[in-house]
Amino acid sequence: MSTTYLLRGVRPLGGDPADLLLQDGAIRRIEDTIDTDGLPEGTVVIEADGLVALPGLVDLHTHLREPGREDTETIASGTRAAAAGGFTAVHAMANTTPVADTAGVVEQVWRLGRDAGWVDVHPVGAVSVGLAGEQLAELGAMAHSAARVRVFSDDGKCVWDPVLMRRALEYVKAFDGVVAQHAQEPRLTEGAQMNEGVVSAEVGLQGWPAVAEEAIIARDVLLAEHVGSRLHVCHLSTAGSVELVRWAKGRGIDVTAEVTPHHLILTDELARGYDPRFKVNPPLRTQADVDAVREGLADGTIDIVATDHAPHAREDKDCEWAAAAFGMTGLETALSVVQQTMVDTGRMTWADVARVMSTNPARIGRIDTGEHAQGRPLEVGEPANLVLVDPAAVRTVDGAQQQTASVNTPFAGHELPGRVVATFLRGRATVLDGAPVETVGAAR
Amino acid sequence: MKHLLSTADLSRADAVHVLDTAAEMAATQSREIKKLPTLRGRTVVNLFFEDSTRTRISFETAAKRLSADVINFSAKGSSVSKGESLKDTALTLQAMGADAVVCRHQASGAPHLLAHAGWLDAAVVNAGDGTHQHPTQALLDAFTLRRHLVGGAQGPTAGSGSDLAGLHVAVVGDVLHSRVARSNVSLLTTLGARVTLVAPPTLVPVGVEAWPCDVSYDFDGTLADGKPDAVMMLRVQRERMSGGGGFFPSPLEYSRAYGLDARRLATLPDHAIVMHPGPMNRGLEISADAADSPRAVIVEQVANGVAVRMAVLYLLLEGNR
Repeated sequence: MSTTYLLRGVRPLGGDPADLLLQDGAIRRIEDTIDTDGLPEGTVVIEADGLVALPGLVDLHTHLREPGREDTETIASGTRAAAAGGFTAVHAMANTTPVADTAGVVEQVWRLGRDAGWVDVHPVGAVSVGLAGEQLAELGAMAHSAARVRVFSDDGKCVWDPVLMRRALEYVKAFDGVVAQHAQEPRLTEGAQMNEGVVSAEVGLQGWPAVAEEAIIARDVLLAEHVGSRLHVCHLSTAGSVELVRWAKGRGIDVTAEVTPHHLILTDELARGYDPRFKVNPPLRTQADVDAVREGLADGTIDIVATDHAPHAREDKDCEWAAAAFGMTGLETALSVVQQTMVDTGRMTWADVARVMSTNPARIGRIDTGEHAQGRPLEVGEPANLVLVDPAAVRTVDGAQQQTASVNTPFAGHELPGRVVATFLRGRATVLDGAPVETVGAAR
Repeated sequence: MKHLLSTADLSRADAVHVLDTAAEMAATQSREIKKLPTLRGRTVVNLFFEDSTRTRISFETAAKRLSADVINFSAKGSSVSKGESLKDTALTLQAMGADAVVCRHQASGAPHLLAHAGWLDAAVVNAGDGTHQHPTQALLDAFTLRRHLVGGAQGPTAGSGSDLAGLHVAVVGDVLHSRVARSNVSLLTTLGARVTLVAPPTLVPVGVEAWPCDVSYDFDGTLADGKPDAVMMLRVQRERMSGGGGFFPSPLEYSRAYGLDARRLATLPDHAIVMHPGPMNRGLEISADAADSPRAVIVEQVANGVAVRMAVLYLLLEGNR
């Protein structure tokens, strides 16, 4: 028998306070005041005055590194970090070792996620065998496996060959899949280290021009239009990319787009100190780009925020910029960055946050229906996937104190607003009082 | 001044002070006994991750003339090719008690990391990092410019106390990949000179518009209209030109448009000097006529390099006392 939780005085989507009763995996009651009389013995009452309740967050873009780089993250550590960040589902990217390009590997990832029990893990399948960009991976086998893969991506690499991209877009229609493209024209970015512009010219790091992202997005939206397929653009980072997606949506093309928390707040000025914690792909861009992606997220051009959580070993960040790995962790800071850049600035409401961090990513990943549905509204009868946030809290980020196994957070030492107080996965608390509930795995 | 990483970190007063100190060092170098006892007992490590015999022996000579102990640590390619990491190398040098580390590295920012990552207490001198900076080269160029073009009289201490106000310097060639160009743009403009970069558009970085200099694609026009007091030719690497990603169609086309040949040399004002950081590609960016002409101060730049590096090591190791 699972624990019953009574959340007192919580503000669903930041609205008026209410009492919520979570019982048997679902939201059973939402009322102004729920009397404890008549509730099951052992009901846990959480005094949630001032806390905002959101549907459990869904990350469409997480690198869990297992199998292959368990020294940097495991499915257990990464999903614990996800729960601590308010997530109840993550999509695990395919660029593991071995690559998640067969039914066997995606089922392994899916099973390890289920065993860990912190969040629902939905493996992303590779588009091409070994991410090599040459031959389609067995997309159908992954779709029909126990992992029920619907999102396919060679993330980390661009599906550059236009014919391969076209075939992938067409092929996944058979099972309502989506191709999530890492938009990076490879020839224009050979050896690229950071955004190409004023800062790269000065610090002497090879440039990664905005056009290398925009050219691929432009091609892909036209391909998607031509074959009538669904396209998702990963981590778009430039003002021009926002314009292209806005144009494509205006034409009725079935495209969705994501932005990462770091592209909402950090700029290429940070490369001046040559600290590889700020080395990421796509690179940090200019303030004008940051302004444009914020605007695009607010007006719905950009559908979702996804973390691109990318743990790396210390030695791959404690070195020369050019020798360092691309990527930064993000699961435990994403919601705070969105609060700081979008909510506290008045650009978005908490309901909008729920849309871009839960509803939309669940819909894009096609995990918004069925027994383990995610991204559902906070209504009676819906699965009890929730996160409680204290928006008034302020915390100083310390990589060593995070749940992720790696310390490459770009926000170390930053004060960020908001704190995840509790996370519930189908009525089970995975986080309480801001700390992971360590019995989760055992209690599965 | 704890480290010398970039000329952009130098104020006008800092830069003039380095040049004046270099002038004093140069004056000692005409003596029969060139060695000074100044850095006796101090250890200078030349940490070279990239081949550069010229720069290394210049630093080695400078350190030895100041009586420092010199250790040459050639670690070519070891970090990026996943041998010993830069961090472990730095910790090793720290354990050995290096007082100054002169670092040449193919990765932009590597000396910055050595100076600021907390691995090492030594003073760090950037001896050229990737396509970022080569500050002692710019200082020796400024020193050479000052000796020839400022204050009238020639001699070791000519122009002492002065900056380069009013001079016009054309820097010609592969600006995109050049740490020499970056270092000179910031240093020469800090010292009051005007800089015009001359290159084909493919060899000018995107973002150059933020630099405090002019950019021209027309060498002849710059010579005719700008009347530069000095022309600094940059080395063009032959491997940059071939293939689909080539930066220019052919060496001949490059030479025709951007090479300093006898004809262009003749259009220079009488007092103008010709500079090159070396090593030269004779026949590509500079013809033999230009390289060997009386206007060329290329060999003197090498000699001045020793004096400037003596000054830098002296100021970093003794100037803060």
